[in-house]
Parts: sequence; structure tokens; C-alpha cells
Amino acid sequence: MRIEGAGRDLDRSQRLKFRFDGKAFAGFPGDTLASALMGAGVDVVGRSFKYHRPRGVMTAGSEEPNALVTLREGAQADPNVRATMVELHEGLSARSQNRWPTLEMDYLSVNDLFAPFLGAGFYYKTFMWPRAFWEKVYEPFIRRAAGLGALSGQSCTDRYEQAYAFCDVLVIGGGPAGLMAARAAAEAGADVILVDENARPGGRLRAEVEEVGGVQGHLWADGMAADLAGMENVRVMTRTTVTGAYDQGTYGALERVAQHVADPGGRPLECFWRIVARRAVLCAGALERHVAFRDNDRPGVMMAGALRACVTRWGVVPGKAVAVFGNNDNAHRTARDLAAAGLHVAALIDSRHDAENLAGDVPFYPGFQVARATGRKGLEGITLRAPDGAETNLHVQALGVSGGWNPSVHLACHMNGRPEWSEDIAAFVPRSGMVPGLEAAGAARGVFDTAGCLKDGADAGRAAAEACGFAGRDMALPEAEDAPYRLRRLWAVAGKGRAWLDFQNDVTVKDVRLAAQENYRSVEHMKRYTTQGMAPDQGKNSNVAALAILADATGRDIPGTGTTTFRPPYTPVAIAAMGSGGQGAGFAPQRFTTSHAASEERGAPMIEAGLWYRPSYFPRPGEMTWRDSCDREVRTVRDCVGVCDVSTLGKIDLQGPDVGAFLDFVYTNTFSTLTPGRVRYGLMLREDGHVMDDGTTARLSDNQWVMTTTTAAAGQVMRHLDWVHQALVPHLDLRFVSVTEQWAQFAVAGPRSRELLNGLLDDPIDDASFPFMQCGPVSVMGVPGRLFRISFSGEHAYEIALPARYGDALFRELVARAEGMGGCAYGMEALNVMRIEKGHITHAEIHGRTTAFDCGFARMVSPKKDCVGKVMAARPGMVADSREQLVGLRPVKAGTELTAGAHLFEPDAEAVRKNAQGYVTSVGYSPMLETYLALGFLRNGRARHGQKVMLIDHLRKRDVLCEVTDVVAYDPDGGRLRG
Amino acid sequence: MAELRASSPCAGLLPLVRGGVTLDEVSPGVITALAPFRGGEAALSSALQAAYGLGFPAAGQALEAGETACIWSGRAQAFLIGPAPDAGLAARAVLTDQSDAWAVVELSGPGAEDVLARLVPLDLRPAAFPPGWAARSLLQHMTVTLWRSGSGAFRIMAFRSMARTLAHEIGTAMALVAARRDAG
Amino acid sequence: MRIPCPICGPRDRREFYYQGHAVMLERPAAEAGEAAWDGYLHLRENPAGQTQDLWYHEAGCGAWLKVTRDTVTHDVLRAELVEAGHAD
Repeated sequence: MRIEGAGRDLDRSQRLKFRFDGKAFAGFPGDTLASALMGAGVDVVGRSFKYHRPRGVMTAGSEEPNALVTLREGAQADPNVRATMVELHEGLSARSQNRWPTLEMDYLSVNDLFAPFLGAGFYYKTFMWPRAFWEKVYEPFIRRAAGLGALSGQSCTDRYEQAYAFCDVLVIGGGPAGLMAARAAAEAGADVILVDENARPGGRLRAEVEEVGGVQGHLWADGMAADLAGMENVRVMTRTTVTGAYDQGTYGALERVAQHVADPGGRPLECFWRIVARRAVLCAGALERHVAFRDNDRPGVMMAGALRACVTRWGVVPGKAVAVFGNNDNAHRTARDLAAAGLHVAALIDSRHDAENLAGDVPFYPGFQVARATGRKGLEGITLRAPDGAETNLHVQALGVSGGWNPSVHLACHMNGRPEWSEDIAAFVPRSGMVPGLEAAGAARGVFDTAGCLKDGADAGRAAAEACGFAGRDMALPEAEDAPYRLRRLWAVAGKGRAWLDFQNDVTVKDVRLAAQENYRSVEHMKRYTTQGMAPDQGKNSNVAALAILADATGRDIPGTGTTTFRPPYTPVAIAAMGSGGQGAGFAPQRFTTSHAASEERGAPMIEAGLWYRPSYFPRPGEMTWRDSCDREVRTVRDCVGVCDVSTLGKIDLQGPDVGAFLDFVYTNTFSTLTPGRVRYGLMLREDGHVMDDGTTARLSDNQWVMTTTTAAAGQVMRHLDWVHQALVPHLDLRFVSVTEQWAQFAVAGPRSRELLNGLLDDPIDDASFPFMQCGPVSVMGVPGRLFRISFSGEHAYEIALPARYGDALFRELVARAEGMGGCAYGMEALNVMRIEKGHITHAEIHGRTTAFDCGFARMVSPKKDCVGKVMAARPGMVADSREQLVGLRPVKAGTELTAGAHLFEPDAEAVRKNAQGYVTSVGYSPMLETYLALGFLRNGRARHGQKVMLIDHLRKRDVLCEVTDVVAYDPDGGRLRG
Repeated sequence: MAELRASSPCAGLLPLVRGGVTLDEVSPGVITALAPFRGGEAALSSALQAAYGLGFPAAGQALEAGETACIWSGRAQAFLIGPAPDAGLAARAVLTDQSDAWAVVELSGPGAEDVLARLVPLDLRPAAFPPGWAARSLLQHMTVTLWRSGSGAFRIMAFRSMARTLAHEIGTAMALVAARRDAG
Repeated sequence: MRIPCPICGPRDRREFYYQGHAVMLERPAAEAGEAAWDGYLHLRENPAGQTQDLWYHEAGCGAWLKVTRDTVTHDVLRAELVEAGHAD
């Protein structure tokens, strides 16, 4: 309900309409979804995780365990959003979670009746047997019953973003300590980022009735925030939660950019920041903790500080008659503020016998406890227990509870540091240096009075700036409240029934005691056995109390019991935010060749080769399948001429006096003997003796060489060359640089390739000037380029390279001229078929587990010199005849299809693993030989040419009898190549 | 005989303008990768000084003199951008023509830093990365060379083949930054 | 995680390629024998504490680095150029 005249955050001149579970409600600008629902009289906002108990709003911040809702609909649905952090806007739509079918009528609340059977370890004990029931019965049941919100299952349509930020001093939290820390650091000259979780900084000052520097605290905070925002060296980031502390001063933070408006208008909903700070000051404040008593989870039972925040900020309260129960002075403020707001404060109950009433004219019960709350869907009353044990009932609709405050130590613990126990405040506080460069200040380290926070923040901010080398200055501290924080610990009220610790995971005092009784005495074991402090909640409200119960049950003190590990994120972060920019094509850059547009104009479908897009084939009218096009392209190349873009191959320019020696060391074969103007094929090994890559290297001149790598391994080879040069042979004098992108390079292949080229070359070539494996400079229609007579197709062929700006024009010119001669452009499919016909290997064969010996290149490992991988390649097991060796395969019955990935067996052997003889790496249909051909690795294969093997593909259900052949199926003597 | 027509890496992709920030292609002229011979940095520096009035850049340096720039681009390497390399350089360094290898773009206008903050994991605050500074880093998944070409302007070099992704990534970040500005 | 590249300054981990333990720098002679080569290629310490490993500043200057770091505290103590380890 709303309280007339209260609510400093509200603008009562306007009303905002919103929907919750389909029903229409209205609230005010300044409301949160939680406060608007409370104002509208909605008590139950969610159901609990395990027992499906009705739950109401419990806190006023990001630690909220109960009021988790799903925002928006369809693909835009965002589950597990804390209603206390949702700023109300016109048209907002939210749904409750974890209920079926409705919040009011939840069939799974039957779980609550079975509670005696559903205690700690229930899943482990019950679902052990029969084993067959696990998948079919238990798991589906658990999945239905458990869990919080659900994803939509649709692709995300909202925008998210990521960003980087850098600063000298990061201040985490904009309460009194954080504001002063930011100010002190900024005035010393440091670059400061101040991050605050809420729409406006101020922290607890926004909810408290107290003065700072002679003005109301929240107005003082507004003034400070405005001053800071006006400073050049300060960046104030609101609606931003620092979610994790990581190595070397890196912090993760989630900014809710446009969650608070109806229409983001092109803005991202959220932004995930990576902030790198030289120093950080943790001013995250403190979280109030509950007291466990019977049915303390009833809607209407709230944290005392949250209850007074609701009244002060939004003028809402769960009901007119209220009570406050606490074990410390701070709880008295709630009774005072509620009475001042005109509410009927039925009781201020303080468990300390000797407590003084600090709340003024309210009924005061020192030494009393609350033994029980009643009312299932909304609080109806509480049971007071007097020091002598006598119990009386009191009708109230709201109860504020304070078991004291826990400093928000989480971030300080993210790098596995353990906080230290402070007897004074009965809570954990951070130790210095748990996260290098981060220090806590204010309530986050147990300083709970406002004056203390202001001073502590100013000191910490100044110290952080000084640590960055800035000269700190003295700052005037505003006058503020400095009342002591006095408490006497009370974790749980004795008695029957279930008393809740962890509301989000439905863990009770009994569960923790049972865990201890069953010898789960380690706090980490207890946590997993009971689920205490798991999931998004991470025990923000309950961990210390649960620990205290465990300590008590195991006869230890709290520091001796220890704490669980605090892990990032502090509050949940949507994967959409962390992965933003990576959806769809954003996953990796796309690389396009200069012929891409021309290829697309010809209708060529593209296939991905690494990051590159290459044409698969160039369809012509009348061709029904890719095979039709591919067969035609192969025949055209072999009969006439074809053009193919090969620019994607890696190209590395090497220069210097020692290039030859360097190449001798990285290639298995010798390159130092290569004469200028010649090209040689080379094989590169990894140090473990397996083949890394292959390709040709051309010696353009005495001093300049250009190496080609395969498309797939270009990056790996560059990294390898850098490694070899910097780490292994730094004495060699050479320089190398990638020129892959500089050159557009096209294969021109076929018996009429020279004729085609001579039409473009300013100085025609002949066989004498350009024999096989020759290279040299050429001029193409006035543009200087390079020509290589090399061949992957096995035909008389060339590769011509021009600066990339001419790639598009050259490709079009080459293809037009080829077509004029009866030739064509050809794609990857035809290229692949031709190289299989010729037995040329690709990364299908040099897949990381094959050696030069396996591929039939043993003779290419020069005995005269060392090279990378040579020693290991010579190990006995690497050169044994029993190894699987590269062979050709063709079906005995021509026309039968072969499949890559199939395994090879003796024709009459059973097709089981122990009989495996090898496998198939590449297949293609040869239109020249009118049969399928394959390459594969077969045990002792080179000695088995002419024998039969059975190709068996379990996946595609094929078995084909094949003949083992030489790897070269087409033009075995190479006459076409040289002709 | 017909002429071969030259195309620029970002043809048809740029310019893009979003909320005061502009991304446009730069025609850099000749780009030459300079890699000094072992121990030859000083000699190369003087040759550059004589030819263009700027030296060989130290790590992270971007030197500009008139139409000529010499931008550090990696371990013992820099890009000479603008004129064709002076004949005197070849004796002191390995030269490699890179004129066609790079898409070169300029991002300028108020908010250019904010755009790059969404893409590049570098500290680009004016004090940390003032004019005269260059870096090799990532722009999303692409390796780039970038330098500050003015108080609110950056030049970025990415692989020519990635020009489309470069324009798309920067354009997306520009739109997000502009939308935030519009919202105030 | 950030690595202080001696050439580029402190940089985000994503600019680097991770190789493995710095023992890779001590390549045995060809005739050093099987045990030496086996150790070089396959045997690695897994210390809780200081270790040295190799990182390649792939999306940066292109230098190979020897990084000394602590596997327990995650401190990055220093990074040196692999190349500088060899007298020219």
C-alpha cells in the first residue's frame, strides 16, 4: 500500500501503467517494479525454488532473493531480473517465475507439504535407485520443479555491447564512502571512474533520514555526484554493477544502459565493461542479514533497512500495522522512520535485554524475540516470545528484521582471498591486499556510521591516488551522524518448524544442522549438500548466518569454520552482454578475395576456407547439380584452360643474406641451393616430427624469396617462422613480412594457359624463358607483376600475381579471355578433384598426425642438414613399414561412390576397430577417368598397390571394394605438366 | 589494349556518418614496410631524416611530416606511408611494398574514442595515447595498426580482405555510441 | 589478465597466443639422444608457484616473450623478449 505524502524518489504528478502477470497496474516515475507492486498491494511476487512457497519482496537492492521476475515477452524475455532493481517505465511488462500454472495457484506448492522428505541431501538420497529411473523419472521431475526463470529459446533480438575503460582509480560504489573516495582521488589529479549500481549515487543515504553537511543526506549525495560529473578527470557510471575482480587490475562491470526505458531507441540494453584500473577502492557498502525463525519467509517479512527504504524512498509498505525485530541499534531507525511516516508501529522487538529504545514513542520489547510468522500469502501476525518463554500473538502485516549488517566483501574475495572475522561487528571484513591494488573503505570494511564512512572513503581515495603517484590533499569532511553500531549476535530463534536461511535456494536451519549431523562439516561440503548460497544469490543474505549455524552444530567458532569461495559475478551477467558483437557473422572476420564480386555475379556459391570465402563452382545454364559444373570445369581445364583465384594462400616475403640457411632449417629439404628465378616445393615439420604445412617457395632474386603456405595454415606458419627466428636461430640475418594481402594471385591452368597469358603479358613468354618451376617479373597490361610456372592441377599451368587493387579487373579479364577460347573460371570443387587425380596432398592429408614418411616424402628430409622436426621424425616408430601410408584408392566397380572418413579393412575381415587398416581422407569423382578416386592412409600401403581393400563407412552405411593404387591417378609421368 | 582498372579496398562500403562521427577511407599512397637490417636502425633513421625529415619510429611512435608518415608497425618494422621509398633506403632496410595490402580508414569526430573503446582493448585516453602514438592491437577479432592522426581522429589499417568486416564492426559501434548520445 | 610486453607495454591477454613452458627455448642438439628430446618435447613441470612460459604477441608487435608468473597468485612478474636471451 502507498503512504500519502511519503516517498522522496517519486514524482506523483504522473502515473505509469505497467503489467504484471498480465494484470494492469500503475505506479509513479521513480518507482522500482518492486515498490510499484507493493504500492499496488501485491504481496506475493514469486515462488521459492524447492517448496514453491509464496514469497514477497525482501530487500531494496540487488541482493533480492525472492522478487525475481521475467521482463518482457518472446525473444526479448529476460529472466531472473530482480524487481528491486527494475526502474518502472510506461508499458513495462513482467511475469512471475517458478510457478505453475499461476502465482496464486501453484500445483508444485504441494512440495511444501512433503517438506519433511525434501530436506538437505534429499536428491542424493532419494534418487539413487532404481538406477533406470534417473533419466526417465527423476531428472524430468527435478527439471520441471526446480530452477528459476527460463530462457525464451529464441534468438536474441536486443542490442548489447562490450567496452573497455581505463583509469587510475576505480571507485566501486557511490555511497558516502565512495563519493568521498572519488572526490579525494580526483582532487589529487587521478583519472577516476566511479561506478554505482543505482540510477543515482548515494547508497544508503538515499534511504536514510539523516543530514550530511547540514543538508539531507540524499541531497548532499546529489550535489557530490554533480560536482564529480563536472570534473574532467572523473567518469561517473550509474546503473552499473562491478561484477568481478580479475587479474592485473581488470574489473568486469555490467551497465544497464536502457533497461529502464520503454524504447531503447538504438541503444544497447546492457553494456559489459572491462575496466583496467591501477588502483581500486571498494565502497560496496553492507548487506543486512536476517534472523532465522519459524516461517520467517512469509511475504511481508522484510529486512528492516529495506522496509524503511520502501517508506522513505517510495512511500510503500506491505501493510499498515508494522513491527520491527532486531538485535542492534540500527534496527531502531526503521521503527522511528515508520512511525514518523504515520504508520502504526505495533512493536519494536530487540533481542538484547539491555537495549535502549532509540525509536521514540513506540511499544518497545527488549529481550523479546519473534518466534514465528503467520499468514501464507501475506503476513498476518507474529508470535512474540518474552524472556520468560511466554508467547503472545500480534497482528501485523509487515515486519522489518535486522540481524546486523555484513560488509559486501565479495569483490575483495574474487581472487581466492579469505576475509577475516571481526568479533566487534560479528561479520567478515576484507583483509588488505586480497585483490592486489584494491582496498575497501566504509561499510564494506565494517565502518558503519556515516561520519566514519566519509572519512574512511576520503582516506582511501587519497591513498589510492598517492599510490598512482599523485599528491593527495586534505579534504574537509562534512558533518554527519556518528552513532555507534551496537549489536549482540542472534542467528536463529529456537523452536519447532522451519526457519529460513537461504530464501532463494530454500535452505533452513534444520538443513544445515542435518548436514552437520551427517558429517558434512566442511563449509564447502555443507554448501553443496544443502545448496546454501548457490546460484545467482551467492549467499548474499544468508551465508554468514548459515556459517554460524554450522559452527554451532559442529562445536567450532566461526573463523574456525571458514567461508565458502566467493566467485564472480557478484550479480548475474547476461551471456548476451559478454558475448555481444559475436552473434552470427560477428563470430569471426570475413575475408573476401578481390574476385569475390565477379564470382558472385557468376552465381558461384561460396564455401568457407578458414576465414576466407572461396567460390565452390561456377554454374552454367542447364547444369542441374554441383557435380555437373565441377565435371565440366575439370574437363575444361584439362582440355583447354581455366582460371582460379588462389590469393588466399599465405605469402611471406623473406629478404636478407641468410634466407637460404633459414629455409634449410624450417623446411625438410634444401633451399639454399635454389637459384634465382626458380621455385621449389617444400615440406615443413613440427618439432615433434609431424608435417605442419607444405607449399612452394620462389627465389625472386639473390636476396628476395617468397614463400607460399596453405590457406589454412598461413597464420600458424607465420607464428612458427617468428618462433624459429627469434628463439632458435636468432643469429641468422633476415627479415620477413606477410604479403598475402598485397597480391591478387590467379592460377591459369590447362594446355592453352600460355596462350591465354600471352594475350595479356606485355612481353610474351615461351617454354625456354619459362620452363616448369620458373618464376619472374612480368608486366600485365602495363602493370608490374609476378609469374610462377607451378601447377596444383597437374596441367601446364601458371600463377600470375598483380597488386591487389587490380585483382578484380585482372580476374574479369582472364575469365573473359578464357571463355573466348572455350575455357572457364573454376572453383574449389574442380581444384580439389584435379589435385586428387594428381595425388597432391592438402590439410585433409597433413592433418597433424602424419609424417613425411607417411605421405611418401621421406626422401624430402635431407640427410645433410638439421631441420625442425628432423630428430623426432627419425624415431623408429615414425618410419616403420607398419605405419599407415598414403595411397590412392579406386572402386573395383567403376562408378561406385566413395566417401571420405570411411575406414579400410581386409576384404574378408570383420569391420571392427582391431581390424582397421587405415582410413580415407579425400574423395572426388574424376570425369577424366570416369570413376571415383580417393586418397587415404593404409597400413604398409605402398607395398600393397594392386591389392583389394574394403572401404567401410559406418556412418553413411556404405561398403565398397576398392583397389589400392599409386597416389597419382592421372598423367602419372607428368608429361602434361611440362609440355 | 584496355587498361586494368584499380579498385580501393573499401569501395562501396564507406563513408559512414553516425551522430557526428565519420568513418571514411583514406588513400594512403604508397605503403612500404621498412625492416632495418640488423643493427641498422640508426643508419635507416638518418636516411629517412635526409629524405623526408622524419626518423625511424620507436615502438609505439607515429611520425608525420607533411604528406609522409612513418608508423611503427611491429617488432623492428614500420610503414613508410605516402611517397615511393627513396632510393637511399634500400641499402639500409628490407623494403616490401604493402600498398595494396591494407584497408586504411580514418575515424573522426567527437566520440571517436568512445567508438574505439567498444572495439579495441587499448588505453586510448588522450593522455595515454596522444597524437604521435601508434599501436598494433585488435579491433574485435582483427589485427590492426592504428594511430592518432588528430585530437579526435584515428587512422586504422586492417587487412584488405577484411575491409567489409572492418566497416561493419566500426559502423555498428558508431551506431551504438550515436544512440547513447541522442538519448543524452 | 595483462602481460607487460617489453615492446608495447601492458596489454590485454587476448592479444597474445599461448605456447607452453619456456623449456621450449632449450632445443637439444640433434645428437642429444632420445631422453633429452623426450624431455624437451613432452615432459613438463606443473608448479604451484613461479613458472615461465612462452607467449607470442600475435595481435601486437609479433615478439615471442618469456613470461614469469605465479600460478598461485596469478602475479605476472616479468616478460622478456625471447630474442634478447641470445647474444647477437
